[in-house]
Amino acid sequence: MLCICVCVYRPVLAKAIHSLSRIGDELYVEPQDDGLALRSVNSSRSAYACFLFAPLFFSRYTIPSGHAFRCKMAIKSVQAVFRSLASLEKTVEKCHIGLDEKKNRLTFTLHCKHGLLKTHNLSFQDSESLQAVFDKDSYGNVFRSHPRLLVDTVVHFPPSLEEVTVSVSDERMWVRNHVEEEDRSKSMLTELCLASDEFDHFAVTTQNSVTFCLKELRGMLVFAESTGLPVSMYFDEPGSPLVLSVTDSVLEGNFVLATLSDDSNHRKNNSRREQTPPPPPNDDFMDDDMDSYLIAMDTSIAPGPSATRPPTPPLAVSTYSKQPAAANHRSRLIAEEQEEEEEEEAELADSAGPPNKKFCSLFFGSVLPPSSQTSTQPVTNQEVLASDSEDDEQ
Amino acid sequence: MPLSTQSQADDEPYVLVASLDNARNLSNILKSITFKDHAIFSATPNGLKVTVEDSKCMQANAFIQADIFQEFTIKEDLVGFQVNLTVLLDCLNIFGGSTVQGVSTALRMCYRGYGYPLTLFLEEGGVVTVCKINTQEPEEPVDFDFCSNNVTNKVILLSESLKEAFSELDMTSEVLQITMSPSQPYFRLSTFGNSGNAHYDYPKDSEMMELFRCTTTQTNRYKMSLLKPSTKALALSCKVSVRTDSRGFLSLQYLVRNDDGQICFVEYYCCPDEEVEEE
Repeated sequence: MLCICVCVYRPVLAKAIHSLSRIGDELYVEPQDDGLALRSVNSSRSAYACFLFAPLFFSRYTIPSGHAFRCKMAIKSVQAVFRSLASLEKTVEKCHIGLDEKKNRLTFTLHCKHGLLKTHNLSFQDSESLQAVFDKDSYGNVFRSHPRLLVDTVVHFPPSLEEVTVSVSDERMWVRNHVEEEDRSKSMLTELCLASDEFDHFAVTTQNSVTFCLKELRGMLVFAESTGLPVSMYFDEPGSPLVLSVTDSVLEGNFVLATLSDDSNHRKNNSRREQTPPPPPNDDFMDDDMDSYLIAMDTSIAPGPSATRPPTPPLAVSTYSKQPAAANHRSRLIAEEQEEEEEEEAELADSAGPPNKKFCSLFFGSVLPPSSQTSTQPVTNQEVLASDSEDDEQ
Repeated sequence: MPLSTQSQADDEPYVLVASLDNARNLSNILKSITFKDHAIFSATPNGLKVTVEDSKCMQANAFIQADIFQEFTIKEDLVGFQVNLTVLLDCLNIFGGSTVQGVSTALRMCYRGYGYPLTLFLEEGGVVTVCKINTQEPEEPVDFDFCSNNVTNKVILLSESLKEAFSELDMTSEVLQITMSPSQPYFRLSTFGNSGNAHYDYPKDSEMMELFRCTTTQTNRYKMSLLKPSTKALALSCKVSVRTDSRGFLSLQYLVRNDDGQICFVEYYCCPDEEVEEE
């Protein structure tokens, strides 16, 4: 046994796994010096989630020294270990996670009431480290509230709704369903307004709005609500990821969701709310910005400089030039296509291809091979990008 | 009961008459063995035995003792017939099978003998429905020759503890492996699925273990698809006795308490999986 984590069973571990299962199909397990990291990313790589359980969370935490171990496994099989949350809470007394490297099995042992012992030996695959590049501390807009506030907000949206738009001013936050321009006449718009005093913390430096997928937000909220931990939301520019985070003394959870980068978003905002347009520097650097914050999968074992997460002062020009350099080194996920992206943006505003593809294409945008700089195909990214991400997984 | 007033005891031509104030006491237990359409009914003065088989490898028997019935009259030593169990269950629930307290369907089940249909008189709230279900030539049930003298290992568990395990079983596993042993791991259920294997170990001194009598270490595999239907009986039951004989045959006996607190038994026999028998 190489790595051993023992803990008095806490439902939060199971809940974290269940909420990760709402993101992706695979669970990335990485025992680190600073705790056990559980991560997941969705197939389009537009959403990423990570839970870090500090060594103190466990009554015993031993990890292999010398070489790093990381693996991925089907999240369903791990979920099966913690299937019925309610009964687990009542029956499980102790949980033991161990690695048997000889047999290539990760062992979950649950010590239950009445002496019942459940052992699950799960097979795993070696994997690259999964690490999203984001620096939420550099984000201009930060909000923190009890999960209830957001739960009560999203409950008004139908389950079929894919994306929501969050807009902020100095005093308020608006949450509304995102509707494609062309569908606007047919759809019902729902908008909720939250006053700043409903939040524990409400800090706005740039008044803008971001659009992101609701599904992952809901997944996060289920976790946050069941644990009662306050949710922090960080975002900056449309196109740069939105980060949702929960923190406790022994655990940290971060959900990184790509946001829609769409010029029409700005226009819409400005007309609707007479908002001051974002400061010009933001616009100029938006695309670089996206690259630097894009969820990048680190395929190298030794993480590049970005793993150290340089403290980036918000909106500082220098950061943007620094970060893509770091990211480029890691994989083709970060491609040098700023020019292309800029042109694409311009075209998107008018051509506006298949509605949802637009959203996806953004996140895949950075996976585009540089050859597409001709920029004649603004929305044909999908296949290219899907296959790219597949390659990445292999 | 309006039904009982209709009975004219002696001049009835029936070889079997069985009445129940609450048809649910019968339908619930029959439901727990419904995994194939055809059921063999054999009635003796002791009661009713209903047998369902699958692939000649698995057999389920439900025993409903004569005293569960308010009336149980049998004119021969053995009355046997075969009916479609699904149809019978549909008939028993013809009034919707209401679970509301105080509302129950009364049943009078009559059989005239070979070649005649099984007649059900069902009454609820003054409405009487008569159902006639055609009977079929009774097949000879497989004799699993499971006799208690050959039992090597036996445990009795409170069902509660097995329910959890069965609800969590990895269904991607083709087999369920049962290990019974006088030493560790005592009683173990194992699955071998796509994502790895899982073991559920019950220590012999657990409060869930009412009886532990294992003489030899035995590991046998049973087809998950054959055992799966037994979870229906497990769900109803309060205790289960797990036995294996020297050939590795498995017997699962479930003690089921009905709505009125009476006790019935459901029994499953299952053949072990050939390929690993000699492991």
